Amino acid sequence: MNNALPFEDLGEGRARVAVSFAGQELRLPEGANLAAALLTAGITTFRHTPASGAPRGPFCMMGACFDCLVEVDGVTRQACMMEVRDGLVLDMPQAGER
Amino acid sequence: MEADYTIIGGGVVGLSVAWGLLNKGRRVIVLDGDDGSFRASRGNFGLVWVQSKGMAQPRYARWSQTSAAAWRGFADTLGDATGRDVGLEQNGGYDLHFSEETLAARVRDYEGLKSKLGGDYPYEVLGHNALRKEEPAIGPKVVGAILHHQDGHANPLRLLKALADDVRRRGGQVLTGKMVTDVTKADIFTVTSADGTVVKSAKVILSAGLGAMTLGPKLGFIAPIRAQRGQVLITEKLPKLINRPSLVARQVDEGGIQIGATNEEVGLDDRVTQPGLSGLAAEAIAAFPALARAQLVRSWGALRVLSPDGLPIYQQSEAMPGAYLVTCHSGITLAAAHATLLPEWLEGTDKAPDLEVFSEQRFAV
Amino acid sequence: MARVDLAIIGAGPAGMAAAQFAAGKGLSVCILDEQPRAGGQIYRDVDRVAPLRGDLLGKDYIEGRALTAGLGAPGITHLAGAVVWAIEEGPRLAYTQDGKGAVIDARHVLLATGALERPMPLPGWTLPGVMTAGAGQILLKQSGVMARRAVLVGSGPLLYLIAAQMVRAGTPPLAMVETQTRGDFIGALKHLGGALRGWRYLLKGLGLLNEIRRAGVVRHTGAHGIAITGEGRAEAVKFTAKGRAHRIGCDTVFLHHGVVPNTQAARSVGVAHCWNAQQQCFVPELDGWGATSVAYLHIAGDGAGIGGAKVAALAGRLAALDIAARLEAIDATVRDSEGAPLRRATLSELAARPFLDTAYPPLAEALAPADKTIICRCEEVTAGDIRGYARLGCIGPNQAKAFGRAGMGPCQGRYCGLSVTQILAEENSQSHDATGHYRIRPPLKPVTLGELAAMDDAPEAAE
Repeated sequence: MNNALPFEDLGEGRARVAVSFAGQELRLPEGANLAAALLTAGITTFRHTPASGAPRGPFCMMGACFDCLVEVDGVTRQACMMEVRDGLVLDMPQAGER
Repeated sequence: MEADYTIIGGGVVGLSVAWGLLNKGRRVIVLDGDDGSFRASRGNFGLVWVQSKGMAQPRYARWSQTSAAAWRGFADTLGDATGRDVGLEQNGGYDLHFSEETLAARVRDYEGLKSKLGGDYPYEVLGHNALRKEEPAIGPKVVGAILHHQDGHANPLRLLKALADDVRRRGGQVLTGKMVTDVTKADIFTVTSADGTVVKSAKVILSAGLGAMTLGPKLGFIAPIRAQRGQVLITEKLPKLINRPSLVARQVDEGGIQIGATNEEVGLDDRVTQPGLSGLAAEAIAAFPALARAQLVRSWGALRVLSPDGLPIYQQSEAMPGAYLVTCHSGITLAAAHATLLPEWLEGTDKAPDLEVFSEQRFAV
Repeated sequence: MARVDLAIIGAGPAGMAAAQFAAGKGLSVCILDEQPRAGGQIYRDVDRVAPLRGDLLGKDYIEGRALTAGLGAPGITHLAGAVVWAIEEGPRLAYTQDGKGAVIDARHVLLATGALERPMPLPGWTLPGVMTAGAGQILLKQSGVMARRAVLVGSGPLLYLIAAQMVRAGTPPLAMVETQTRGDFIGALKHLGGALRGWRYLLKGLGLLNEIRRAGVVRHTGAHGIAITGEGRAEAVKFTAKGRAHRIGCDTVFLHHGVVPNTQAARSVGVAHCWNAQQQCFVPELDGWGATSVAYLHIAGDGAGIGGAKVAALAGRLAALDIAARLEAIDATVRDSEGAPLRRATLSELAARPFLDTAYPPLAEALAPADKTIICRCEEVTAGDIRGYARLGCIGPNQAKAFGRAGMGPCQGRYCGLSVTQILAEENSQSHDATGHYRIRPPLKPVTLGELAAMDDAPEAAE
């Protein structure tokens, strides 16, 4: 694992499955918290704000701040309230992307 | 404190009138309620709307058209003065229909009104396919729409803020947190608020929305006003989905889609209900199926300020001459008329519009 | 559909303790929680994680299993992943679970939705890589994820716990930038009596401080003038301490200056709140059992007032007793006699609070942020914007919301509400109570229009 990444995983021995985020192919621990898994994979910007295009990532990790929004099947959801599953296709919420 | 006019109520109606009076060189003091007051100015749908108004009273259709025509100039003047864009778009608006029968019935009504207005009622009927060209996101259940070219929408909160800003800039005094409790008249009026503030003025305007129910009789008005609840939804910000507004849904300039509204007689209850929200969501999805995936972020119950026939009331008090009741349920549409024409009527100039049909005597039978 | 006796929102210590106690008195209980597994935030995912990382996280965390085990009692239905978005008269809760909307009717409702981190607006706090200390805890607890190059900023015992856990995990924080001053400590000494009665807490705290010291973690105290800098993500924390300017390069910043009750659900049904000067936040107005001004509603746990996990569990039991008495499952004498020891235990657990609240106060510059600092993260409204609205006549947050969209974003004011109230109170020279708070309305959490529409005329939720 690249030592430069901001987060490391103590490891729980979960199998890794294919997840794509904004076109980037990742392998994340199945069943893990999605926001935590994306952070560990080095994704720190999850979206851009609709108001100014500023980059945002997870802030509260408890479903209260809505900064970790991702788009799944056209629906905007909080990544910190989701779990990794095989074949998940994620995007940045379209309203913030110009 | 003294002024030419005390304006009770600092919402869109009160501030529009204040603005216009200030432009005529009058001294104005606006008394506005507190943070928790019912404020139709904050809860409305933002439409600048002509169609479907005045079906039973063509003069109201005409008044709405006059205001809509004056809106661009009003917005530009406000914008130049404050640097604030109130987001006016006047590219037409829809009356959406889910059945051929209701569409046809509406067209018949509009034709009738059009002839009473001397032909000045520019609308066209779009069948489903023609509507799809204008609104790619429209759903298959929408059989067609009436597109009225004098309709549009604005950002009502930016309008409110621009008015609040410009009224102060033009020398108007706006006092907030003032709940008016009493108005008496000797030579001039004395207006007293709950916290002891006293304002004296030659004239008083009651533009306090639902507040007229209690204050109106004190000023000698019938003020037959009632609240009618409209539950409104607003979604998360979305990429552009809806081009023109309708009463079902409009996309606001910041990107969220506003969906309205119920018509409930529940008194002063501004809460929302799950059945209310679910029904509105279902209708919005029927009109624009892509909305099924949109997240609802906010909802509220707005209390419309309604007279018995839904038309405005412009009335000078007979018991207390110099006191005026100004109330309506289309405060956004009529903001331009309230800012540019109503002050002429209040001042009794020769430019005063004829507002006789809006007197409250029409209710005294 | 049958009405459940008690619907509980939140499966943290207060909710879990209440559920078990209420079921023990014969009430039918449904506990709804938005997380996939019970525990709330403090015992997040404890059943799964205790065997994996329990030694690292400590005894106080592992203890949560006693409460999660209690949810297995007969008479309790635990709806996991159930996100409540509205509470209506009835009472009736509307929620979504697995992408479907449903309703549940109850005779009584207990809110146990816990606390939120107090908002800490600082320059750069919206950059990716800046998170709450609570978020850091959750990453470690639930996911075993550590920040390699993190700085902890703020004040309060939670920072010491996190630092100690990071030390144990082998990734100590780069530094702790603590904002409490010696003056704060001296001011707290008048509460020393209480602190000594709560000596267990103090001892724990001293133990953590010792662990951090032995690990050589750098601590700066009395820090102020704090800013987080970086291009597109957090890259450094700048601050002044002991008269010197500092800059610490980092990838992650964990912020904390106390937690405050999460009042969203309570406000949405009209529960009255008042300002608590000691804890610098709004708390619901409750009687000694947690009953509110709303006839069908009790509140227990940190959502009622900050007290920590043990106090939350005690409050959950007290509320359950009162609710059981109101629903006539027990009589008032039983309620009072069983409640008395719980109350005594609560007072004992709360003894150290005044000392801690005074020794580790909220950061003044975050309560009065500079004009350019964003205070509404969702809509990117700044403190200066709010001050401008005050000058335009906004005497309360609802008018400010109308003027500037602060509070209109998806978080619905959870992370800006207190800031806006604070700024307006100061600009208008009014008390916090007079200034008020945002009006909160459904949906408490987003629900898709499709999920909403499907509830239209749908049959009521399955038993």
